[in-house]
Amino acid sequence: MRNFFSTYLAEIVEQQDDIVFITGDLGYAALEPLAAKMGNRFINAGVAEQGMISIAAGMAAQGYRVICYSIAPFVVYRCLEQIRNDACFHNLPVYVVGNGGGYGYGIMGASHHAIEDIGTLSCLPNMRCYVPAFTTDLKDCMDEMLARRSPAYLRLGLGKQMPESLSLTEYGAGSKVSGAAHLTVVAQSPVANNVIAAIASSEHKNNIDLFLVNRMPFTQMPADIKASIAGSGNVLSIEEHVSIGGLGSAIALLIAENSINVNSFISLRAEGYPGGLYGNQSYHQQMSGIDEPNILRTINTYF
Amino acid sequence: MDHKKLQGRLRNKILGLHYTAHSGHIGCSLSCIDIMIAILTAKGVTDHFILSKGHAASALYAILNELGEIPDEAMTTFYKNGTTLPAHPAALKYAAIPFATGSLGHGMPIATGVAKAKKLKNDAAISYVLMSDGETNEGSTWEAGHFAVANKLDNLIVFVDKNGLQGFGNTADVLGDTAAIHIWSAIGFEVVEIDGHDVAAMIALKDQLVANKNGKPKMIIANTVKGKGVTYMEDRLEWHYLPMNEEQYKEALAEIDRKYNG
Repeated sequence: MRNFFSTYLAEIVEQQDDIVFITGDLGYAALEPLAAKMGNRFINAGVAEQGMISIAAGMAAQGYRVICYSIAPFVVYRCLEQIRNDACFHNLPVYVVGNGGGYGYGIMGASHHAIEDIGTLSCLPNMRCYVPAFTTDLKDCMDEMLARRSPAYLRLGLGKQMPESLSLTEYGAGSKVSGAAHLTVVAQSPVANNVIAAIASSEHKNNIDLFLVNRMPFTQMPADIKASIAGSGNVLSIEEHVSIGGLGSAIALLIAENSINVNSFISLRAEGYPGGLYGNQSYHQQMSGIDEPNILRTINTYF
Repeated sequence: MDHKKLQGRLRNKILGLHYTAHSGHIGCSLSCIDIMIAILTAKGVTDHFILSKGHAASALYAILNELGEIPDEAMTTFYKNGTTLPAHPAALKYAAIPFATGSLGHGMPIATGVAKAKKLKNDAAISYVLMSDGETNEGSTWEAGHFAVANKLDNLIVFVDKNGLQGFGNTADVLGDTAAIHIWSAIGFEVVEIDGHDVAAMIALKDQLVANKNGKPKMIIANTVKGKGVTYMEDRLEWHYLPMNEEQYKEALAEIDRKYNG
């Protein structure tokens, strides 16, 4: 996703000269073309994430839209108070962009993972978090983020193309089977690739509706998801994030608020480091049960 | 221009706010009100000001009321339920308070961002920030300091209210003097020390530094006395926190009257 992000942004900044890019000293072998194109609007704030966010807020108050870039954990946790007080309280266009969300940085270890980022940020005032699953909806998210002129967080991850069976929606993307489904799957982030593969290999694929939610907080139940859950009565939520403050808890609250009767609700989510051991992104997905085989096994329990 | 009467009038206003509200944060407001007079009565119309030590909000409210930015009716609601004037400045309430503060170490990086934006826009206006000496403990303050030097932000003027006291002790005893002139000079600031209660001298110094386009951010270390003007409060940590009783309030007003109106 990062390549698409920087290439697309390089196109945008040619026409829109009020966009400033600040990096927390990261982007080697990726952001050089963008830096060359942006000139003095590309700023390296050094290894100083707190200062970067407050400086961005000051610049945003002077009329700039400011992107603050680092890897996801560094640009979220260290500077949470700066994001809350300086960007969010003042509703300023400070766009926090974190590369490699979830377990994206794999063997780099827990310091480099971000599995609580959406929960941490999506509850802040004026904040909207974008968690695209593909480069296709990343573009949609970037367009909305830059037009919205309010605080935002964009989590970048693995960047594949969206399958043609899905179509973009105002909350993300969805694909509804013809007729009544027996299972409603709601997923978030590029872990959707595992979900799509699992559904494709399931003998029940024609009985499953899939919805991808890429904007948080998720506080309004979309009509198509509501109808699907009401019809199926079975919900499977899948995310590369802890369920607290994430998709799982959001969907559960919406189901309760909308008084929808469900027979079964399963949340597959990042479980942290259950074995206390470390590996690549696929390893951590497997340990949390958000890998393709376990998703398929879980789907089959509904039938 | 003689600022003495204004210094006295604003002290009375601060004391009145705190007496009515039965609230603390008096000493820290009295220590920096003269710096605020030097900045806010003498800055350019498009210059930008942030009070980073948000706990001195009563001083900010008092001078902004004097300047017509906060109406009298609002001043009567200080500290009360439903107010726009809480103990630390709130966001998006008054044009003259562009940023809410209260947590320390935010004002200088924000003002640094304002200064950087003005440079990018070729806007000649100045970015002022007033912070406490305690805030030079904060890592974010130093992050901004290095950024300001690296980006040659000579349009950033940082006033430090150096009263030598912080939350739970003397700054010298807590982390040492993190607002020392040699430390900030060493990282590339142009630093000048001055009497933080001499308004005319601070205005003259500020004008001189504004004119000095040498690529260096500026720091004015204003040596102050916490609780300045009220003898029983001066240089005493407890007057960061304590409210006044009626007798203390009357005594304070009488002393201000003698010192500033005599």
